[in-house]
Amino acid sequence: MKSSVITFPGSNCDRDMDVALTKFGFKNKMVWHNDLELPKSDLIVLPGGFSYGDYLRCGSMASKSKIMNSVINFAKSGGLVMGICNGFQILVEAGLVPGVLLRNKYLQFICKNVHVKVDNKENTFFKNLDKKVLEFHIAHNEGNYFCTNDQLKEIEDNNQIAIYYCDQNGNTNDQINPNGSIKNIAGIFNKEKNVLGMMPHPERMIDESLSGEDGSIFFKNLLNNIK
Amino acid sequence: MLVNEKVAIEHGLKSDEYKKICKLLRRTPNITELGIFSAMWNEHCSYKSSRIHLKKLHTKGKKVIQGPGENAGVIDIDDKDAIVFKIESHNHPSFIEPYQGAATGVGGIMRDVFTMGARPIANLNSIHFGSPQHKKTKNLLRGVVHGIGGYGNCMGVPTIGGQTSFDSSYNGNILVNAMTLGLVKKNKIFYSKAAGLNKPVIYVGSKTGRDGIHGASMASASFDDKIEEKKPTVQVGDPFTEKLLLEACLELMAGDSIISIQDMGAAGLTSSSIEMASKGNLGIEINLNKVPCRETKMTPYEIMLSESQERMLIILENGKEDLAKKIFDKWNLDFAVIGKTTNTKNIELFFDQKQVAKIPVNTLVENSPMYDRKWKKSKLPKKIKHDRSKLKNLKIKETLKKVLSSPNICSKEWIWQQYDHTVMGDTIQKPGGDSGVVRIHGTDKAVAATVDSSATYCWAHPLTGGKQVVCETWRNLISVGAKPIAITNCLNFGSPEKEENMGEFVECVQGIGEACKYLEYPVVSGNVSFYNQTKEIGIKPTPAIGGVGLIKDYKKMITMNFKDTGNQVLVIGKTEGHIDQSLLARLILDEKNGPPPEVNLFNEKNNGETLLNLIEKNFIKSAHDVSLGGIITAISKMCIKGNKGIELKLPKFLINEIEYFFAEDQGRYIIEVSLEDLKDVTKILDKNSVHYDQIGKIIDKELIINQKTKVSIDELKSYNTNWLKEYMN
Repeated sequence: MKSSVITFPGSNCDRDMDVALTKFGFKNKMVWHNDLELPKSDLIVLPGGFSYGDYLRCGSMASKSKIMNSVINFAKSGGLVMGICNGFQILVEAGLVPGVLLRNKYLQFICKNVHVKVDNKENTFFKNLDKKVLEFHIAHNEGNYFCTNDQLKEIEDNNQIAIYYCDQNGNTNDQINPNGSIKNIAGIFNKEKNVLGMMPHPERMIDESLSGEDGSIFFKNLLNNIK
Repeated sequence: MLVNEKVAIEHGLKSDEYKKICKLLRRTPNITELGIFSAMWNEHCSYKSSRIHLKKLHTKGKKVIQGPGENAGVIDIDDKDAIVFKIESHNHPSFIEPYQGAATGVGGIMRDVFTMGARPIANLNSIHFGSPQHKKTKNLLRGVVHGIGGYGNCMGVPTIGGQTSFDSSYNGNILVNAMTLGLVKKNKIFYSKAAGLNKPVIYVGSKTGRDGIHGASMASASFDDKIEEKKPTVQVGDPFTEKLLLEACLELMAGDSIISIQDMGAAGLTSSSIEMASKGNLGIEINLNKVPCRETKMTPYEIMLSESQERMLIILENGKEDLAKKIFDKWNLDFAVIGKTTNTKNIELFFDQKQVAKIPVNTLVENSPMYDRKWKKSKLPKKIKHDRSKLKNLKIKETLKKVLSSPNICSKEWIWQQYDHTVMGDTIQKPGGDSGVVRIHGTDKAVAATVDSSATYCWAHPLTGGKQVVCETWRNLISVGAKPIAITNCLNFGSPEKEENMGEFVECVQGIGEACKYLEYPVVSGNVSFYNQTKEIGIKPTPAIGGVGLIKDYKKMITMNFKDTGNQVLVIGKTEGHIDQSLLARLILDEKNGPPPEVNLFNEKNNGETLLNLIEKNFIKSAHDVSLGGIITAISKMCIKGNKGIELKLPKFLINEIEYFFAEDQGRYIIEVSLEDLKDVTKILDKNSVHYDQIGKIIDKELIINQKTKVSIDELKSYNTNWLKEYMN
């Protein structure tokens, strides 16, 4: 299976994502933001980091990069696109997934392990996953997901919420919400469920010596679903 | 502008230094030249008060590839790999403007490391604030932590460890020391020594602005009431540009275009160009009209003294300009050929077709002032006779609660959760342990790094304190299973012009030197920060030591959390009951006098090496060094981290429980071993003449002392984790 990771100026999880994808069997290519064409891919990943320094608004300048036209066309034609952390912010700014990401509720950068609940498995990203709760890792300053009431209704009606922050037993409540996201939303799909944006970093959880191994479960499952 | 003695003194030069400049030049310098001299001859750049003493440090060893004198030190970590590392202070700017001061401190030290060709793989920091009750402390702490995170997180380099302390001696002068480790192939290390004639001198990175002019001079003076006026001397950081600069430099470094490279840190273009020329024994010619400026009408004086961040100076091979420019264009960075190397051994500056400065390089470097300042020797204070009955009456649970929740012991999670400590995907020991550990990407190796300081001990007796700090980093590395290799030091002191402060410096350096030599643990890089004082009040002497060690097989790394119930817990090293200068003495007994605990280098080495041997043999389940707060504090933290309890049964001692638990004798560790390995372990300890006490076994969820005192692990946790969170909210 072929994947491509886009490097924007200021991306800093691009190598980590390359390491993870390659480890689980993807043939991955790194793509420069100024390129016009995407290599033939089964999956496009917008990695985490601080594209354009997070100046102006996180993700806004990167969403106007040359390569993004191809990414948007790829997504519109049904191709799988995943944005992690800053990549999620870019997806939001590009209008590929609904909503916005605000500054964290306590105005601080947060780097820690979190649990997320996977509710919706009717999609390529989470289909066949045998766990309901995964332990992931977050590291962000602007992960506070927000949208209007109308948008929220639409999102819920379409089953677009991908993952929720929860405790280890899968309960969602305010206390375990790390950043103030509406409804504890940690990740969201587009209507067609071929585009996923999420704040947590599965690529940082890919071996037992790191913060955990649930990232491995995610990537292995994803590869099997694409095959 | 006319130059005279008065103008020179306004530039921070002394009257006789000004006379020396005129004599060396055989004329009066013009204002640009005076600016250059003041930048090169200030304490921060010239080390004029410290040089004579720093020479005495132990800097050589089998693993040392580059010792002090370069942008950073370099050590061999086997195979083709080397680690480049250094610590540096950014104290003065951080007190004036905490966010930018701390951020640019982190940016500066990372540049020092990647200038040498190394990709930064880990950051650490040592930060010290005034009393928590002082009105400035909270804002300074918040600003500094935001600044460190703001820069390091954006760069995508994990912050894996550090140290935070509070002491009223920092009320008017906080300390912010930043350390970076980078990874490089041994055959791809870049140095700052220029070579060859008529080679192009290239400016890359951000444009030059008026920020930070005289930053280095500001860092070489004491504070007074007017510090707010010094805000414009603080530089403004742009981590995004630095990330681009890092990637562009590493891309260029992969080829063979670069002869030498130097970052523009303190004193900007001045010190970078002069250092390169001086090391290469060459001259350098610069056309200042070619320097990319972000503001209009900048004068030669301003261009030379600007401390705008994220800039580098490179000397290229002839004909490589186009290739290099292409790389910097790709990363959207400025690139300008601004001059060339010459054989004149002068620095010559041109602006608007006129020569605006001409100074022999050696007058700025070799002929810079060097002082053997007067210093006062300190006496070892007399031991305090503590009231035994008072000690006996202390309730252990209450005392433990006070100690665990005290600002200098409590969990610093509120701080390190704001630092990205997992980016790059190789962090295998996070902040909060004895050392941070990152894997060498794609190998079985890992490096451990720690930073420490013990200002209270150094203040009580500088010689002992200096030794102790080195030993503490050595223990921190051993506790995670790393073989200590080398250190970097950041020497934070008051005014060298005061005999007491100078004495503290001289004797701390002596102590550091002795410990490094004995432990074969050399100093490879460092930085001196004097004048950490406001008016007449100086800080406690605070040498911060960053230690680096190697773990050959990362799967053998040790953590401090207790692992399994039923396992045995031992204290390695002898507990004599040294209470003076301990946290117990200061916090509970309100006793500030007495000597620090004695440092026995033989025991340190023997105990540490024996423990490493036990780790190598897979006998050790968890380990933690005993430092501030004594045995019971160390054990409590191991319980908290492992979510396990312990049943402590003390052997019969001459000293009482309180002394045994809270004493801060040196050279000690707590270790956890399984029941079945116990015999083998004690045999090895006996054989190596290492003293040990077998003090307990691991149980579930409760700390029990002699079947009397019981504390649940949840209670311990709440003592330890709440203070900082509540203080900051």
